[in-house]
Amino acid sequence: MANNYFKEYPNKDGFFNEYGGAFIPPVLEEEMRKITDAYYAISKSHNFISELRSIRKHYQGRPTPVYYCNRLSEKYGGRIYLKREDLNHTGAHKLNHCMGEALLAKHLGKKKLIAETGAGQHGVALATAAAYFGLECEIHMGEVDIIKEHPNVVRMKILGANVVPVTHGLKTLKEAVDSAFEAYMKDPINSIYCIGSVVGPHPFPMMVRDFQRIIGIEAKDQFFEMTGELPDKVVACVGGGSNAMGIFSAFLDDEECELFGVEPGGRSLNYGEHAATMTLGKPGIIHGFKCYLLQDEKGEPGAVYSVASGLDYPGVGPEHSMLKDLKKVNYTVVNDQETIDAFYELSRLEGIIPALESAHAVAYAIKLAQENPKTSILVNLSGRGDKDIDFVMEKYGLPEDGN
Amino acid sequence: MNKLKELFLSKKNILSIYYTAGYPNLGDTVPVLDALQSGGADLVEIGMPFSDPLADGQTIQLSSHKALENGMSIKLLFEQLADMRKTIDLPVVLMGYFNPVFHFGVEKFLAKCKEVGVDGVIIPDLPFDEYCTSYKPMFEAYKISNIFLITPQTSDERIRLIDKNSTGFIYMVSSASVTGAKANVSDQQVDYFKRVERLNLKNPRLIGFGIGNHDTFIKACDNAHGAIIGSAFVNLLTQEGASKEKIGTFLKDVRA
Ligand SMILES: Cc1ncc(COP(=O)(O)O)c(C=O)c1O
Repeated sequence: MANNYFKEYPNKDGFFNEYGGAFIPPVLEEEMRKITDAYYAISKSHNFISELRSIRKHYQGRPTPVYYCNRLSEKYGGRIYLKREDLNHTGAHKLNHCMGEALLAKHLGKKKLIAETGAGQHGVALATAAAYFGLECEIHMGEVDIIKEHPNVVRMKILGANVVPVTHGLKTLKEAVDSAFEAYMKDPINSIYCIGSVVGPHPFPMMVRDFQRIIGIEAKDQFFEMTGELPDKVVACVGGGSNAMGIFSAFLDDEECELFGVEPGGRSLNYGEHAATMTLGKPGIIHGFKCYLLQDEKGEPGAVYSVASGLDYPGVGPEHSMLKDLKKVNYTVVNDQETIDAFYELSRLEGIIPALESAHAVAYAIKLAQENPKTSILVNLSGRGDKDIDFVMEKYGLPEDGN
Repeated sequence: MNKLKELFLSKKNILSIYYTAGYPNLGDTVPVLDALQSGGADLVEIGMPFSDPLADGQTIQLSSHKALENGMSIKLLFEQLADMRKTIDLPVVLMGYFNPVFHFGVEKFLAKCKEVGVDGVIIPDLPFDEYCTSYKPMFEAYKISNIFLITPQTSDERIRLIDKNSTGFIYMVSSASVTGAKANVSDQQVDYFKRVERLNLKNPRLIGFGIGNHDTFIKACDNAHGAIIGSAFVNLLTQEGASKEKIGTFLKDVRA
């Protein structure tokens, strides 16, 4: 792939080959055009970049380290390294793009940040960014998720965000997106929509990717400094795909690095029991962009499930959809049980409790290590698992208790 | 001649009604259409329900979800409309979101529209540029009008471009918002209506979003060739079901 990848993708209309674009009603078209123009103008300015760099260092605590997993590698073979996004402020990579989006909002003179959240991670990160910049924050969340993810709801409220319950449909992430879009369209002048991943209409997939590139830029340098070479394999979990794009983006030109995106295999690969979008979906349009999409026979977005609430989305970022077709990234599947096993392995062998989303990537790295005992593997550990501990204990229990 | 063209040549103060297919009951699609014709509507837009209707407010979101629950689909809609041209003279337009159409197959969809006698299509989330590059020749081959939405934010230049590349009519969204019945029309909206009127477009214009009663309808007719009523009519269906009598009264009250 040419070195000017980032100049070519997306094209000026937001397309990554056939994927992406802006499939939105005209009311939104004009607003998206304004955000795109502002993003191009402001995000490359010296002031914007230096302010964001300062935030990354002094507020978020970046760079996050790359860590070699001694005991995990000893047990399974290979050399497994983690990029520690769990040590980013708020405990996940999501803050990387939230601080960027909120800084852009400040430069645009917006007063309010609006977003959806599923598990609450994006909501917490955005509420954090809003507090930092002194902006209002409105988070739309399905009633079902509000009950399931109670601690994150409390966090958002402590941070001063207004949490709006969404009561229609299945009352989860997809409906929360609808509701947040609707709220945004009522006042696009004073508010800005801050999407939670590399999804949505142009310019969001590009913007969120650009803000997440910091993961890959740091990790590549750090890995090289530690080992004198590049990793043989890079692994990340894929929900919408923001943490994966963040780390993959640094390695797209390096033919010697194999990239692996891990999708949630859920309970089984039967319809409704997984969210393996790229493995089992086909091209379609959801929430304003074209991508691989799980859908039913009518073309309605399909029912999805994963043990990790941050991964259960029927669509996926347009750039991933393109990278799949170009065979630049291998997309694979890890199921719930393998994820839970990896969750405990990393906790007990390394003293790191991973988010269930990230545990998907760890599980796949373990498989790769077993199959390739000499290989080096860099895993993006996108977040910490504190949010998941009650759920895991209740649903699965401890390994010694027969899980 | 195309039924849409014929309508706009022969009539003023066009009253166009939107409703969701398969709502309130799966079998109501055709009875509502019949009632609209006998009640005196000029044009009908039948909504193909979708689970994430980004341009629609609460009322149409709810009717869409109910219709999907009832089992509505594009395939079934074409089955229901198969014989409509035996009794229906009104121009009929289908309105819906792009993914179900894309999934059904755009060309197959247009062929079906032609077969059952649908005159035009409105797909609010199919961008104009994407239409021009990928689908325009297909629409032209099947002689199906593709109708585009413009808003108060759409520039004159773009409105002209849309006018040049579309047929049927131009759907003027009354404000920067989603669908939903509102009580009145503001001065700001009137300024926008006037601005578009001065562009002297080749296509007729209908005003939609927020039109729901006699007053808003008249105001819209002062500024365009007519208006589209959606949410207010869907509310009627919610309350009264597909009652021919109530539908007739509703239409009469709007025109009054
Ligand atoms: C820790 C963590 N990792 C991954 C994800 C999935 O998102 P993405 O695929 O955009 O990185 C989430 C989403 O909530 C998350 O919280």
